Amino acid sequence: MWLSANESEALALSLSVASRSVLFSLPFAVLSAWVLTRRQFVGRTVVDAFVHLPLVLPPVVIGYLLLLLFGARGPIGGWLERAFGIELIFTRNGAALATAVMSFPLMVRAMRISLENVDRGLEDAARTLGAGVLDRFATITLPLMLPGVLAGAITAFCAALGEFGAVITFVSNIPGETRTLPLALYSALQTPGGDGAAARLAVISCLLGLSGLLLSEWFARRVRRMLGH
Amino acid sequence: MLQVVAQKRRGAFELNAQFELPTPGVVGLFGRSGCGKSTLVNVIAGLLEADRGRVALDEAVLLDTARRIDLPPERRRIGYVFQDARLFPHLSVAANLHYAQRRAKVPPFVGIDLVADLLDLGVLMHRRTHQLSGGERQRVAIGRALLTQPSLLLLDEPLASLDASRREEVLPYLETLRDQLAIPMVYVSHDFDEVLRLATHLVLMEAGKTIAQGNLNDMSLNPHLRAIVGADAVGAVVDATVLGPDPDSGLLRVRVGSGELKVHAANAIVGAKLRVQLLARDLIVATQPPQHLSVRNSLSGVITAIMDDAGDSDLVGVDIGGTVIMARVTKAATRELGLAPQLPVWALVKTVSLRPHPI
Repeated sequence: MWLSANESEALALSLSVASRSVLFSLPFAVLSAWVLTRRQFVGRTVVDAFVHLPLVLPPVVIGYLLLLLFGARGPIGGWLERAFGIELIFTRNGAALATAVMSFPLMVRAMRISLENVDRGLEDAARTLGAGVLDRFATITLPLMLPGVLAGAITAFCAALGEFGAVITFVSNIPGETRTLPLALYSALQTPGGDGAAARLAVISCLLGLSGLLLSEWFARRVRRMLGH
Repeated sequence: MLQVVAQKRRGAFELNAQFELPTPGVVGLFGRSGCGKSTLVNVIAGLLEADRGRVALDEAVLLDTARRIDLPPERRRIGYVFQDARLFPHLSVAANLHYAQRRAKVPPFVGIDLVADLLDLGVLMHRRTHQLSGGERQRVAIGRALLTQPSLLLLDEPLASLDASRREEVLPYLETLRDQLAIPMVYVSHDFDEVLRLATHLVLMEAGKTIAQGNLNDMSLNPHLRAIVGADAVGAVVDATVLGPDPDSGLLRVRVGSGELKVHAANAIVGAKLRVQLLARDLIVATQPPQHLSVRNSLSGVITAIMDDAGDSDLVGVDIGGTVIMARVTKAATRELGLAPQLPVWALVKTVSLRPHPI
């Protein structure tokens, strides 16, 4: 291949972190989108604001908060390690968590737009046909909001590939473990004579992002056809 | 017996409805658009919460706010055909039907084969729902509702979004259902012709309230109906029994009350029941047996009442032997002929103005 060992390592790690991040956040994002669109409850606005927080906070703040909560001595991180032996700090799973939190609002937004377009009359029709709440969600709502789920997942995946601030703050910049493409690019820029390497990494990032967007468009079209639009 | 009581306040709108339907039967819920028909049907289905209400079908109580009984729609066993069909767009026609059948709460008495047969769905089975015409969509929606094995079928203006020819295409199927399956139906419409063809009972609604109810024949004489259907559509709806063909004219002889009418109707069996609407504006009242007229039909009877119609006309009720029909005449004619209750009269009607429907 025409990629150097370092480059392919960073690329593979980026893809691995982004996939984990999307898989991890997908069910929570679907749930949040559904709750925020379809349920009326006290404190909905607060939950909504909380979900959108990563969009408006500096990523370093998110990384710092993650360190407090999920660090080795943090309330959640400590428990995860004692109970399940899961280490997040300085690991690629930690990097995935940081990117998941950062891309979560994007994912939820895409799904909500899609869910708002699902005709509630169809859910009512399913009720009269004998479908309970989970049944309706699985057989009617979820399939019909699938374009939004896919769009959200792909957008989040692309955003996860590029997440920098929260990752470097939470899990540092360890080659082969947490040094994803943007972190590798940053490291190259910090190294004397690393301009050429940085440029190559930038091109790789661009190509990756572009193919992600094209893929998402192609998927969306297929799903729309499947749903009969 | 279907019993419905429903009260609900929604902003300025107040629903206050109450009706009963002997089962099996078809009740036409009739009124202008926006009078609360759909709201009432949604309360019956359980999709809308009533402030106070009771819905009971024979022994089964589906809603009784006084006793805190409120079954969710998915457990009411009520089939619902929506105005906009609401077929699931991501499923084929067959999958839409299976969706309902798999979730039926009782052993099936209506199977996919029967439904496909009754509604001619065979060729549509593997189509996607967006490939269907409006009429086809409604037929699939009706089939889907039937496959839930409903103990009651709600039809909320199922033909309202179809043009006249499509409507004609679906109506016979609904007549077949009424005649072949003993499922009570609530049929919502603002089109009196549909109600006339399908309903056995009629409930009139106005501004959220049920204002009158009864069997179709009695209700066709109800003065409230005039305000909704308009003066031109007022007229008695009577049941007729086929007596046989009239060899001379090629028309069909039917018995109405103690008299006889000749009507245009295709291949009806002797003894079969037809429903005929005698529009008040088409009837002529004579105080002597008519002679030398082209009118084919003359029914003798006795005036039951003279009711003031709007403007310069009266509605004359005539008992033609256990059945009452209505004629509109000018007040001048009432005066000059000396029309009054108990007076024997003859009601004349042209065959071409009669449209019999099978029941």
